[in-house]
Amino acid sequence: MAIGVKVMRRPNQEVSYLRATLKGLALTFSHVFRPKATMQYPEEVAQEGFWSLSPRWRGTHRMLTDEQGRAKCVACGLCPQICPANCIKLVPGEDEDGHRYPLIYEIDEFRCVFCGYCQEVCPEEAIHVGVHYENAEYDRERFVYDLERLCAQTHAVSSLWDPSDPKGE
Amino acid sequence: MSPELKGLLIVGAIKVVALFTALMVGVILVVWVERRGSAMLQDRLGPNRVGPLGLLQNIADGLKNFIKEEVMPAGAEKILFQLAPLLSFVPAFLMFAVIPFAAPLPGFDITLPLLGRVVYEGPMTMVVADLPIGFLFIIAFSSLAVYGITLAGWAANSKYALLGGLRASAQMISYEIAIGLSLIVILLIAGNVSLPDIVAFQQRAGWFVFLATVAYVMFHISAFAETNRLPFDLPEAEAELVAGYHAEYSAMKYAIYPLSEYAALITMSAFITTLFFGGWDIPFTAWDEQVATAWSFEAVARFVLTNAAFLIKTTFFIWVFVWVRWTLPRFRYDQLMSLGWKVLLPMGLAYIVVIATTVLLLENFGVPHDLRYGLVLFLVNVPLMVALLWGLDRRRLLPGTPRRVRAEA
Repeated sequence: MAIGVKVMRRPNQEVSYLRATLKGLALTFSHVFRPKATMQYPEEVAQEGFWSLSPRWRGTHRMLTDEQGRAKCVACGLCPQICPANCIKLVPGEDEDGHRYPLIYEIDEFRCVFCGYCQEVCPEEAIHVGVHYENAEYDRERFVYDLERLCAQTHAVSSLWDPSDPKGE
Repeated sequence: MSPELKGLLIVGAIKVVALFTALMVGVILVVWVERRGSAMLQDRLGPNRVGPLGLLQNIADGLKNFIKEEVMPAGAEKILFQLAPLLSFVPAFLMFAVIPFAAPLPGFDITLPLLGRVVYEGPMTMVVADLPIGFLFIIAFSSLAVYGITLAGWAANSKYALLGGLRASAQMISYEIAIGLSLIVILLIAGNVSLPDIVAFQQRAGWFVFLATVAYVMFHISAFAETNRLPFDLPEAEAELVAGYHAEYSAMKYAIYPLSEYAALITMSAFITTLFFGGWDIPFTAWDEQVATAWSFEAVARFVLTNAAFLIKTTFFIWVFVWVRWTLPRFRYDQLMSLGWKVLLPMGLAYIVVIATTVLLLENFGVPHDLRYGLVLFLVNVPLMVALLWGLDRRRLLPGTPRRVRAEA
């Protein structure tokens, strides 16, 4: 016999079909009175302990800012380099002190595959994927998030899977 | 036009329109019961957004189906492909015509504006067509429903649909025999095929579920097969046949198949009620059996209450159909056939012999058609039911599956 195939010895001559059928009917009927698992989505949303999202959920991006409210991004160009979907558009700039900053930083959320590589690769911990999923818009153009909008996002950022702590403890 | 003819036509038209409307609305409600009921049995909520409690969901789905594209498969037999949904839809509605659904109302003699004098003599039986041939009509038209399914399978020029149609025809013809045999038992006991007379007999002698229990078991099992519902929904076994006989149908032509399935479900539940559970009879009282001769509050109340009794019983069986569907898995095709031919057919024949002998003896001894008659038949049925349950339960009526077998499994 092939590996891993479990052959059940079914007692097909001895079993009671009637009793099994009645038992099944009683079981299904008891489910009528049990609490329902449905989440009534627009009225009820995911929250802690009730359909809660994983902290490792990778959703809409968020750009973190420093104390002066400027984006932490130093326009190193690693995230557009690693992005497999090629959805990040970055034009770097440099001020008179020699500090680099992004002149244009845009993420096309339609192209994005939410792999989270941008967050993993970012040396400044500036760009993050977030624990967020309600992204509906009336316009296709609105799905290209510019720097201002990325900085304005407030949802929690994703804690990516850490190889040294695989269970997230 | 004589006043009597006018009365006959008006009463007939009112009954037809009322029953047709009730059945159409009933189909929508039963689909709702099926969807919400299956959700309840599976710890879900089911459709609850469109209208109060989701009641209008099916109307929304119907509208959607009306505006969808109708696809005619290449190589389909055009006329039969169009005709098949109607052929499966009509019999389910026609069969309801012979079912009595309430106590009779008194006749009337009134003068209406425009129509003049309208007379309806005697008690108005609450059945659309009070046919003297009663359930012969049922057997004829329930057989007709096979055509709708078989032709749909054949006309679509698709191998899955054809297999589904073939299965359906074989299955429905096989189980028609079991239904016929269980109806013969009722014919023997009641001595009449007219459904109002059968209801009247049950009011006198007791419900046929006690007088002909084995026939009831056979009829109920066959009813699942006749309506193509789980555990016998092999014609549309989606795991192997895509969707079976209606695989190639789209839009409203497709939607007619579920609709006719649910119409047949209502009709079958109504038949089980009428044939085995006393129809519109209210148990433990003789009040509902009096026939009113004049209009009074009591006559109307009797009509309403008996109709309610009929509806409650029918609804219960509709729920049983839904309940069983979401409990039992599908049979294999050979199991289905062997149950029909090797179990139900010989069982039915043997049961007819037993009941015929009992009825012959009862008639010879001149036992009147009342509770005594019913009691004797009930006593005959008890050992038969015990034997049947014993057989179904693999000769293990009281103790469960032995621990040894369970451990080895």
